[in-house]
Amino acid sequence: MDFGFTEEQNKFRQDVRNFLEGEIEKGYWQPACDAWIQGFDPGFTKRVAQRGWIGVTWPKEYGGQERSHTDRLILTEEMLRYGAPAACHWFGDRQIGGCILSFGSEELKKEFLPRIAKGEAYFGLGMSEPGAGSDLASLQTRAVEDGDYYVISGQKTWASCASFAHYFDVYVRTDLEAPRHRGISEFIVDAKSPGFSRIPMTDITGTEAWNDIFFDNIRVHKRYLVGEKNRGFYQVLHQLDYERSGMERLMGNYPLFEAIIQFVKENRLSQEHEIRNKLAQLQIEFEVGRLLIYRVALVMEEGRAPNWESAMSKAYCTEFEKRLASVAMEVLGPYGQLVSGSRLVPLRGMAAHSYLGSKGYSLQAGTTEILKNVLAVRGLGLPSS
Amino acid sequence: MKLTLTEEQEMLRKTARDFLVDKCSKTFVKQTQESEAGYSRELWREMAELGWMGLPFPEKYGGGDMNFLDLAVILEEMGRACLPGPFFSTVILGGLPILDFGSEEQKQEYLPKLIGGEKIFTLALTEPGYQNYDASSIIVEATPDNGNYIINGTKLFVPDAHIADYLLCVARTRPENGVGIFLTDANNPRINYNVLKTIAGDKLCEVVFDQVLIPEVNILGQLAQGWSAVQKIIERATVGKCCELVGNMQRILEMTINYAKERKQFDRPIGSFQVMQHYCADMATDVDCARLSTYQAAWMLGKGLPCTKEVAIAKAWIGEASQRVSALAHQIHGAIGVTMEHDLHFHTRLAKAAELAYGDTNFYREVVAKEMGL
Repeated sequence: MDFGFTEEQNKFRQDVRNFLEGEIEKGYWQPACDAWIQGFDPGFTKRVAQRGWIGVTWPKEYGGQERSHTDRLILTEEMLRYGAPAACHWFGDRQIGGCILSFGSEELKKEFLPRIAKGEAYFGLGMSEPGAGSDLASLQTRAVEDGDYYVISGQKTWASCASFAHYFDVYVRTDLEAPRHRGISEFIVDAKSPGFSRIPMTDITGTEAWNDIFFDNIRVHKRYLVGEKNRGFYQVLHQLDYERSGMERLMGNYPLFEAIIQFVKENRLSQEHEIRNKLAQLQIEFEVGRLLIYRVALVMEEGRAPNWESAMSKAYCTEFEKRLASVAMEVLGPYGQLVSGSRLVPLRGMAAHSYLGSKGYSLQAGTTEILKNVLAVRGLGLPSS
Repeated sequence: MKLTLTEEQEMLRKTARDFLVDKCSKTFVKQTQESEAGYSRELWREMAELGWMGLPFPEKYGGGDMNFLDLAVILEEMGRACLPGPFFSTVILGGLPILDFGSEEQKQEYLPKLIGGEKIFTLALTEPGYQNYDASSIIVEATPDNGNYIINGTKLFVPDAHIADYLLCVARTRPENGVGIFLTDANNPRINYNVLKTIAGDKLCEVVFDQVLIPEVNILGQLAQGWSAVQKIIERATVGKCCELVGNMQRILEMTINYAKERKQFDRPIGSFQVMQHYCADMATDVDCARLSTYQAAWMLGKGLPCTKEVAIAKAWIGEASQRVSALAHQIHGAIGVTMEHDLHFHTRLAKAAELAYGDTNFYREVVAKEMGL
């Protein structure tokens, strides 16, 4: 066992920190909560790409660095620590690239991976539908073969990053006769395709967090089928394992965590037993969660998809984020309710934002209930029925 | 970073598990807990032959030259098996402090006997009252007397003192008002023992020192090391307790999963009900968090890195987590789990004892708060 990092990893972490601090000093952006998924900043993504920091684990021939998953975790941990606006490349870097690498054709790898790595191709997700949430296999969006093309029609919902994504990774039904898990396929759909449209949805914080996206007989060439036809459901499970794997589930609101500790110190609240106790408990939970996530990276290092391990870490960590927001609101008292832009707002409104926003964390990328099912059945071997 | 055991450690684990499955059945645990001594001399001898007592000590004293992480593996297995006896007292509370703070003469004198399984050691630290583990809690006095010291006072919750050959006694030195560690022959007639009856059936004792003379040569190391030496001992004991508790919790989880798979109600295994599955998922999360934070602290201790915060995090976490795990285990087991017919009670009782030892969650939350600069 070794809970330390190599000298090279420590240096890498420092390089990332120096870069991010430099960005903040230059006034390019301000640390923000949820910036990994809501901070759209093509310039930032481009500068990250110039350093080779998108797709760091991928093979060099596709624009990667062939670094370890632990290295990538160090990188993303620091991005989150500084609340950096990484949303343009986050999905491509975190899961689409890996998915194309695992299942995609050589042609797809060459077409997309280098562009993701250069910060030129942004991805969104098309998984959930109005009638298919946790029960994803019941999805109804269809693709019908027509010569060299598939014609896709239907609706997806809860699509993050949809307002700026160039492409969507979409799961559709390609066989109506087959058992429902065996009739789903995965496609990459260009957002500029004729027949594509979207309607923004505003989340509880007032942010445009998602879109409903519509596919009105969109023609997609067969080469954009990812992996095997009708194997999409197995591929999406694999992709979800990666989607749940990262530090963003623990540190999405890290700027608030730092700020509330600072606030307590500056306002001499740290002698109050209740507040000390609550912040210390948060720190304990935070550090424990961090270990769970590093374990996930080490599972990936072994070359296997983190399954129940990432279910466990995500279920644990999103609860931490909710408690962080609640504690911050308690500490701030009536000031906690003030939102960004209000007179007297403390901590730039991060507490109120996080308090409201965190309610969705345990829903996206698999609800906590689904994650516990995964852990119980696939991790602990309990009978599914 | 690497979170798996080495091949040698895996082998050590397997040997320990096989040995304890063979020698430490729950019938054995029950009989031993009910016996006056609280341990089996025969098993103790066999453990010494396996080299367990010597594991973390240098070869020149007859030890196995391994580090704390290796010891952690053995402690976890002992916790899993609910092994009764003075291993923790002797090695963690007695031997390692002698190795850390003792003079060369003291090491030569005591360690080989300890490693050979000939002598049992323990540490008399806590005192009556409800103080926490800080220097001010030490009131038992050691007063100078012609170059020697005389100790007076009562120590409480001293594990295995009634069978110990040697005691390490933490006492307040007068007149300088420091803290020292004194090594004494436990058979001194001026020391009296009362074994307390505890929920875990472990042997925690009240130890009364009545004008006990300690020759100067039996001061452990330098008196000037004072409380910082004691803190290091407590830190290691804390991690050691966490290791035992990790093994205990892991076993509770496994027993519960097996039960949930086998027990049928409404014509199906209860483990197929989502409520039960989520209970088990919560338990598994608590156990894994406990293991990771404990092993992080053990790794840092083994490396000699400063780890006050990590130790505090491990114990603060496991204190509450162990109680959650135990509570859910009972809920899933149903009524059979609260009887003496079922083995679960052994684990529940020991988990509570371990939670209370060397500072509970509240105590360590405060340590973390200080480390955060609050």
